[in-house]
Amino acid sequence: MTLFLLRRLLQGAIVVVVMSLVVFIGVYAIGNPVDILINPDATPEIKQQAIERLGLDRPFLEQYGTFVVRALQGDLGRSFIYDEPALKLILQAMPATLELAIASMVLALVFGIPLGMAAGYWPDSWGANVIMTGSILGFSLPTFWVGLMLIVLFSVELGWLPSGGRGETVVVFGVPLSFLTWNGLTHLFLPALNLALFKISLVIRLTRAGMRETLQQDYIKYARSKGLSRHRVVFVHAFRNILIPIVTVLGLEIGSVIAFAVVTETVFSWPGMGKLIIDSINVLDRPVVVAYLMLTVVMFVVINLLVDLTYSLVDPRVRLGGRPR
Amino acid sequence: MSIPALEVDDLQTHFLTRAGVAKAVNGVSFRVERGEILGLVGESGSGKTVTGFSILGLVDPPGQVVGGTVRVGGDVVSGLDDRAMARIRGKRVSMIFQDPMMTLNPVLRIDTQMIETIRAHETISVTAARARAREALALVGIAAPDERLLAYPHQLSGGMRQRVAIATAMLNRPEVIIADEPTTALDVTIQAQILYEVQELCRRFGTALVWITHDLSVVASLADRIAVMYAGRIVEEGPVDDVLDRPLHPYTRGLIDSVPQPGLRGGRLVPIPGMAPALVGLGEGCAFRARCARASMACASQPALRELRPGQRARCVHPLTVGSHAA
Repeated sequence: MTLFLLRRLLQGAIVVVVMSLVVFIGVYAIGNPVDILINPDATPEIKQQAIERLGLDRPFLEQYGTFVVRALQGDLGRSFIYDEPALKLILQAMPATLELAIASMVLALVFGIPLGMAAGYWPDSWGANVIMTGSILGFSLPTFWVGLMLIVLFSVELGWLPSGGRGETVVVFGVPLSFLTWNGLTHLFLPALNLALFKISLVIRLTRAGMRETLQQDYIKYARSKGLSRHRVVFVHAFRNILIPIVTVLGLEIGSVIAFAVVTETVFSWPGMGKLIIDSINVLDRPVVVAYLMLTVVMFVVINLLVDLTYSLVDPRVRLGGRPR
Repeated sequence: MSIPALEVDDLQTHFLTRAGVAKAVNGVSFRVERGEILGLVGESGSGKTVTGFSILGLVDPPGQVVGGTVRVGGDVVSGLDDRAMARIRGKRVSMIFQDPMMTLNPVLRIDTQMIETIRAHETISVTAARARAREALALVGIAAPDERLLAYPHQLSGGMRQRVAIATAMLNRPEVIIADEPTTALDVTIQAQILYEVQELCRRFGTALVWITHDLSVVASLADRIAVMYAGRIVEEGPVDDVLDRPLHPYTRGLIDSVPQPGLRGGRLVPIPGMAPALVGLGEGCAFRARCARASMACASQPALRELRPGQRARCVHPLTVGSHAA
């Protein structure tokens, strides 16, 4: 187990280093922030001053070196725009994104698993056809368009739910959260649903496939031969086995939920990291972009590690680092 | 006559396939007394496994039990709905499956899988159920049962898993156990141990056992009576020694001749010519006649199961006589 963790941490570190290079080169290539930041009418002297102050006159490798040294000390640079530490800006926006991501994952499980199980248990029913057709729509309709349509329907036409923002928040341990107030919940619901739609479809298909496959297994027939109720056969014997692929895929999808949040946050003007990064890219605020990407890399590495650990909890055959008996 | 533990009467199970109706079980009848062991023998596709599943109402679509009666201890259990059937399964009739690697649920511990079997049929505390599970494991010769209860299936060997399955089958002291080739996947040494233990347990608790197998040598050492199935029908039935020493049906003779004999070193095995027939579109008449040296025109109509010797019945127009098997 310890060995497994060490190995994974080392792999993670390598990924982070490689990504930092890629990110840095990428950001370096997308344009000169000075052109946007400084009034075009400014004199060349002022321009030169700004360039020097931001360290943009240094050679690429030196800039990268400085970045790495500072990053190791926890300093990912200061925003050109807000003149605040980039990390602080991102961390301020992070709870909103995480709340949105978690809410949509919860929706994905709450809707996806029961619907998928039903569609897998009665594969030839008309209900299953409706569910599967719905999941195809969920897969194929673009997120931003669905977001706009949700706003048109629920905010503009029906006027039931607000179209943007976080609403009232409650501060818990210094973190503002929307889902604890009714007003916040109404603000959270549409963007979370928008973000969840794709995941719901994914979970439905995974669960349905798992259900159909599992029900064919000998151990299900054996469980029935012991006189167990249908309820127990489906929800204990089949469900535990279906859960294995779902946990794996969903764990990996947490990362993509956060990434997709960029679109949803923009549509619903949800003040999260996604909106921050889009704004920062527009004004070439390099440190924020770099810090965001680095943070995302670290997050992916950590999430993958956690998924592997969870996996071993759900499936007893996977005992990490241990030799099979 | 006492009430038999299991009585199967004219059981019909058909598979409605696109190619036509396959009569996998076509009018099978037999009875097993308390404490008796019946060996149900046949090649792959003879319908022996489907017979076992049909008794428990566990035939998967497109298969369907379309006729016949099954009685357990005199009570009719065929044609019940799933809920009523669930009360019979595992309580009055248990089943042991062929492959112990596939039958225990891989993600549930042994104790979970045993305790649920008890608690599905009676109101009993988990502690008491666990004690009974532990006892059952000890009964089938599992060392350190407490430790095994906490294990997951993948942590046990094949033989051990099959013992767990047998212990689970015995948990509720069923009247009948249907065992579908439970030792086929195991080593011969383990197989012998398990056969011995099962025999002991059935004698001890008066459990009737239907042992489904293709292996005549297993049946010879285990069963009291034997029923030979071919193409969905029982073609010969009788006490195990009579059937094996003096078979009446040419198919039974063929089966016996294709088993290697320890005493006959270097002797040639005699395989049955041809292959088991396809069940779809199987016409009237004896299904074995295409492979049978004794077949005649008379075999084109289905022969009835006739008692040709006391207790020994065969479905054959030209049964082997006492003189003809010496060859």
